[in-house]
Amino acid sequence: MDSWILTAVTFVPLLGAVIAMAMPNDDELHKRWALAVSLVAFGLGIAMLFDFNYDQAGQLQWVVDEPWIDVIGAGYTLGVDGMSLPLIALTVLVMPLVFLYSWSHIPSPGNTKSFLILMLILETGMIGTFVAQDLILFFVFFEVVLLPMFFMIAVWGGDDRRYASLKFFLYTLFGSALMLLGFLALFFLAKDPVTGEFLRTFDMRELTDTAGAGIARSSQLLIFGGMFIGFGVKVPMFPFHTWLPDAHTQAPTQGSVILAAVLLKLGTYGFIRISIPMLPEAAEAWAPVIGLLAVIGIIYGALGCLAQTDMKRLIAFSSVAHMGFVMLGISTLTDFGINAAIFGMVAHGLITGMLFFIAGSVKDRYHTLEIGRLGGMLIQAPRLGWILGFTSMASLGLPGLAGFWGEFPAILSAYQPANGLPVETFRGYMVVAAVGTVLAAGYLLWLLQRTAMGEPPEEFANDPEIVDVTPLEWVSWTPFLLLIVLFGVAPGLIFEVTDPAVVESLNNCLQFENGCDGVADATTAALGG
Amino acid sequence: MFPHLAAGAVSEVSTVTNEANWLLENAWLIALLPAISFVLILFFGKKMPFKGAEFGITAVSISFILAILTGAAWMDHRDNFTLDTYGEKAAVLVDDGTGSAVDNVTLAAGTAAEAAGGDGQAYVAVQKTTQWLQSGGVEFNAGIMVDGLSVMMLFVVTMISLLVHIYSTDYVGGDRRYTHFFAFLSLFTSSMLFFVLSDNILQMIVGWELVGVCSFALIGHWWEEKPNSDAALKAFITNRVGDVGLLVGMITLFFAAGKGMTFDTITINENILQGGVSHTALVVAAACLTIAVMSKSGQFVLHTWLPDAMAGPTPVSALIHAATMVVAGIYMVARLFPVFWEGMQIDGSSINFLATVGAVTLVGAGLLAFVQDDIKKVLAYSTVSQLGYMAMALGVGAWTAAVFHLFTHAFFKANLFLGSGSVAHAVHSFDMKKDMGGMRKFMPKTYVTFVIGSLALAGLFPLAGFWSKDEILVNTGGWGILGGSGSAPGSYTFHFVMGMIGAALTAAYMTRCVYLTFHGEYRGGHHDDHAEDHADDHGHHGEPHESGPRILYPLYILSAFSILVGFANLPPGFLTGSKKDPAGWQERFLHFIEPAGSSYFPAVGHATPSWWLAIVASLVAVAGAGAAFTYYFVKVDRLAQRTGEHLVGLPNGVTTTNALARAGHKLLVNKYYLDHLYTGIIAGGTKGPIAKAAYWVNQNVLDGTVDGAGRTAVQSGKLVYEKIDQGVVDGAINASGRTSDAIGEELRHINTGRVQNYAAIMFAGAAILAGAFVLLLAL
Repeated sequence: MDSWILTAVTFVPLLGAVIAMAMPNDDELHKRWALAVSLVAFGLGIAMLFDFNYDQAGQLQWVVDEPWIDVIGAGYTLGVDGMSLPLIALTVLVMPLVFLYSWSHIPSPGNTKSFLILMLILETGMIGTFVAQDLILFFVFFEVVLLPMFFMIAVWGGDDRRYASLKFFLYTLFGSALMLLGFLALFFLAKDPVTGEFLRTFDMRELTDTAGAGIARSSQLLIFGGMFIGFGVKVPMFPFHTWLPDAHTQAPTQGSVILAAVLLKLGTYGFIRISIPMLPEAAEAWAPVIGLLAVIGIIYGALGCLAQTDMKRLIAFSSVAHMGFVMLGISTLTDFGINAAIFGMVAHGLITGMLFFIAGSVKDRYHTLEIGRLGGMLIQAPRLGWILGFTSMASLGLPGLAGFWGEFPAILSAYQPANGLPVETFRGYMVVAAVGTVLAAGYLLWLLQRTAMGEPPEEFANDPEIVDVTPLEWVSWTPFLLLIVLFGVAPGLIFEVTDPAVVESLNNCLQFENGCDGVADATTAALGG
Repeated sequence: MFPHLAAGAVSEVSTVTNEANWLLENAWLIALLPAISFVLILFFGKKMPFKGAEFGITAVSISFILAILTGAAWMDHRDNFTLDTYGEKAAVLVDDGTGSAVDNVTLAAGTAAEAAGGDGQAYVAVQKTTQWLQSGGVEFNAGIMVDGLSVMMLFVVTMISLLVHIYSTDYVGGDRRYTHFFAFLSLFTSSMLFFVLSDNILQMIVGWELVGVCSFALIGHWWEEKPNSDAALKAFITNRVGDVGLLVGMITLFFAAGKGMTFDTITINENILQGGVSHTALVVAAACLTIAVMSKSGQFVLHTWLPDAMAGPTPVSALIHAATMVVAGIYMVARLFPVFWEGMQIDGSSINFLATVGAVTLVGAGLLAFVQDDIKKVLAYSTVSQLGYMAMALGVGAWTAAVFHLFTHAFFKANLFLGSGSVAHAVHSFDMKKDMGGMRKFMPKTYVTFVIGSLALAGLFPLAGFWSKDEILVNTGGWGILGGSGSAPGSYTFHFVMGMIGAALTAAYMTRCVYLTFHGEYRGGHHDDHAEDHADDHGHHGEPHESGPRILYPLYILSAFSILVGFANLPPGFLTGSKKDPAGWQERFLHFIEPAGSSYFPAVGHATPSWWLAIVASLVAVAGAGAAFTYYFVKVDRLAQRTGEHLVGLPNGVTTTNALARAGHKLLVNKYYLDHLYTGIIAGGTKGPIAKAAYWVNQNVLDGTVDGAGRTAVQSGKLVYEKIDQGVVDGAINASGRTSDAIGEELRHINTGRVQNYAAIMFAGAAILAGAFVLLLAL
């Protein structure tokens, strides 16, 4: 298969969106169309999974390298390796299921056509971010995601949608601005390690190879800091997370699912694809800070969950805690930790995406997500209740389900971070993160107890609207549930793909005996001091 | 992953194929069958004639038969496997080159025996491993490890589980979630078997957690009532607290003893015993794992979930207390014994953390059992206390005694729990004081089995508990006053004394329990809302009656085992008074179970059994029973007959006359106030003030900053606009970041132009930052 596939999988949804704009305003037609388009993208994704050369998972495949904006040296450079493949697969899988769910769940005020078109544009943005191998291209896709999501929240959201959407938009934009500055600084400062000449390139492959060579340490730290805020807002990391609960709570179900399943991963992906490989020395300096914020996020997110009275907001806060585990794995700068982080991204996408689906269905039935008013779901809608129980167990990291393999290896990796990082500090993080698992069990089971167990409250006792899982819900949920079990039982399916790519990306950190310091020393030597 | 750690650390284990024992290599089938049953019940259970119970019973029956056969195969392997044959086979295989890394059978050789001569019998575990996944250069394997310990557990778990399955068909018959109950019974059994067979510590973590989640589902079986779901949550979350210890301890072991390369149990144990593992790391690991044991095996101070777990159906209690769940902690210590042996320096010492936790638990819980009115809670605290014996035994180095006690306890405690269920089934209550009394007249068969179980638990000769408890006491090595300490590993005098006190307490509280339940006059029959939740209301509120065969036969079988299993480990010289007993009779348990002489087990000393000690310990137990007997069977009974009242105690007992006794009683009734501390202060504090404070900070400090920044940006933008371009003051600018009224009047007419304004302002702000940034870069 040739390199057209990456272009195809990226732009099929956008093309679909453009065609949809020209189509007559018929809701059913648009639903079918959007689903068909996303299924084409899904099919291309499956083809990629088959065609991918797993023996070379550490190398970029289907590489496209065309000139794009010559003036600034930006190229149309695409490529996929083992680090991005699982995330692309996740994206193309989640979108058809979301469209399927939209069949009978178009949120008020309707306008199906626009809603679906926005989601198609969103899909292009997300896939594009994962395939881009040029910083400007990456940035463009990264930003393309913003606007559709903004409108989804602002138009189809809950009561406080305008505040939430604006906050989401501005906060992320603010982060992106700093991130863009970081990219520009890299463009202007990166030098060829051998010749010592300025590279003047946005090509991510070249920038990864030079690994910050020739950039003064203080500049490296600043550039990393800029990107850190940009990606950190998206993740979101404590203390940049405050947009998330509002955005999640106000967004329509589809928006929440996409946010949780894919959008948050753009930030963590940025860390492992750009920040760390391109600036390993700065990464080493920042790692203890990242680790600290990660474990604060774990505990703090969990405490936030315990304080919530709204089911959807609780799930939103749990994302802060879960992404904390992902960031902890990343902060160790070990291949083991970053593998765990990628696994954690996929697992969180499936599990929290599923939880938001459930929240949406609860809202449909009860017209409220106030935890205090719910109860007895296991009696009125037993299957829905059991799915909530199952997903909660997955979310709290039960072994045998997907969540465990993101969480446990991340904790494990903190015992022995990369050379040069403070071991005692990271062991402290490890213990704090382990304590976080207790709180996770606490808030999730407490949620389960209050919503699913007990007798149904009087106001809903004979409510005919409270029905069990509908066939449509089954269809769109079953893949999530199956994959949660599958990845829990056979985690190697993901680890095998990511491992070579992660090792490759950390090459600059690990190939020298002394870790990242060695890189800096070697490159300094190469540059003649 | 951690190349800097991998300095040739992983010891080479010779790889051979053992053609003899298909059963030993395929013991994983025993765990798989109940798992299949779980899936079948989940999908087809409700459609089956017996509502899914048939799947569970069939699967567990086959597993039980396989477990017996595996046990026999293990005995054969243990007796006939010599290092000579082992060596030959290894040589052949090196030639064949079939020792591939994936899917091979490994026999961990007995290096000690090898050193000792080489042609003797060797204790060699059978291990079968396959790669599960790989990450960062570390292989994660999945596999089974079959040796005496795991074979013994396979037998106990499948047998108790089978009896519980059969018993449950009657006991929970007609329950609102009958099928669901059997599904989780199967999964519970499977998880425990999976845990027991694990050949690496990662798999142990998985099994450990799965057992926990099954207990959550079963304890909360009747989740309509809040106390039940509370109990389920408490069990799960308390266990999660211990899991912090488990995770940290296991991770420490992985790096310190597995050298960052392997989770393999045998390798980890070998590395520790060969020395060269940081002692500090072992101390940390042993302490952390002890915390895990405290939660899982209900040791002080994390035991409080276990009595609450009585909210689940009684057969589940029997399963949890005898075979699955709580013994997992004890099993884990036994499996990773070198960690504790070295980390706590058990040998030659007189005190350590694990032994002391066990000793405090066994007395502390024994006292609590006295003040319970609920028959199941008496038994629950009794389990806590007996687990204390096991933990203490492991702590003092009495490995075989601890495992033997686990074995005997499983039978008599299952017997007692199922017996209490039989009574409760008849009177629809667990309250001994309100609804029981005089039950021996109505349920003579249950009565006999319950008394047998009680005697075995009290440790009276010659029932099961006598042998195992005596072995623990003798191996504490703390009985100098009674004739020396033999060659016990240490001299744990304090623990010996606690063990003796525990023996007296056990006998006494069981006497009380038997009296209150079966003797005196029947106090029940008023049938208020105490009835246990049974969908099938028996429809007759008259006299209680004896249970049916599906309840009684398991009781008979367990009673027989309660009498007999103690003979599995007869001390030498028991039959003939000299050491010349036939070899096939003495210390069979020790011979087949303890991995003495294998490479993964330390050289543990064994104390010489003492008749004097056995007699004194028996007298202590009899004294405890006698005191309770005198109080209840003589004094209370006589007063009751004289006054004709239904008495459950003397009206002028010591707690009413003595202030100190009253205070002690109050302390016990309040369970040492630990629940107040956990539920009220710690959990309540976290859920309440701490979580709320964190959230307040979130909303007012972090978010306040964001909103404030947004407002400031908007206002400064407004200022700039007014100054620079006064004519173009846009109404939208009047908005603040928090209030939304200025963004647009109509949601569907969101004016993107205004958004652009905001974006422009934000970019302006970012540009200022960027300027500063560039300035800094330029410096």
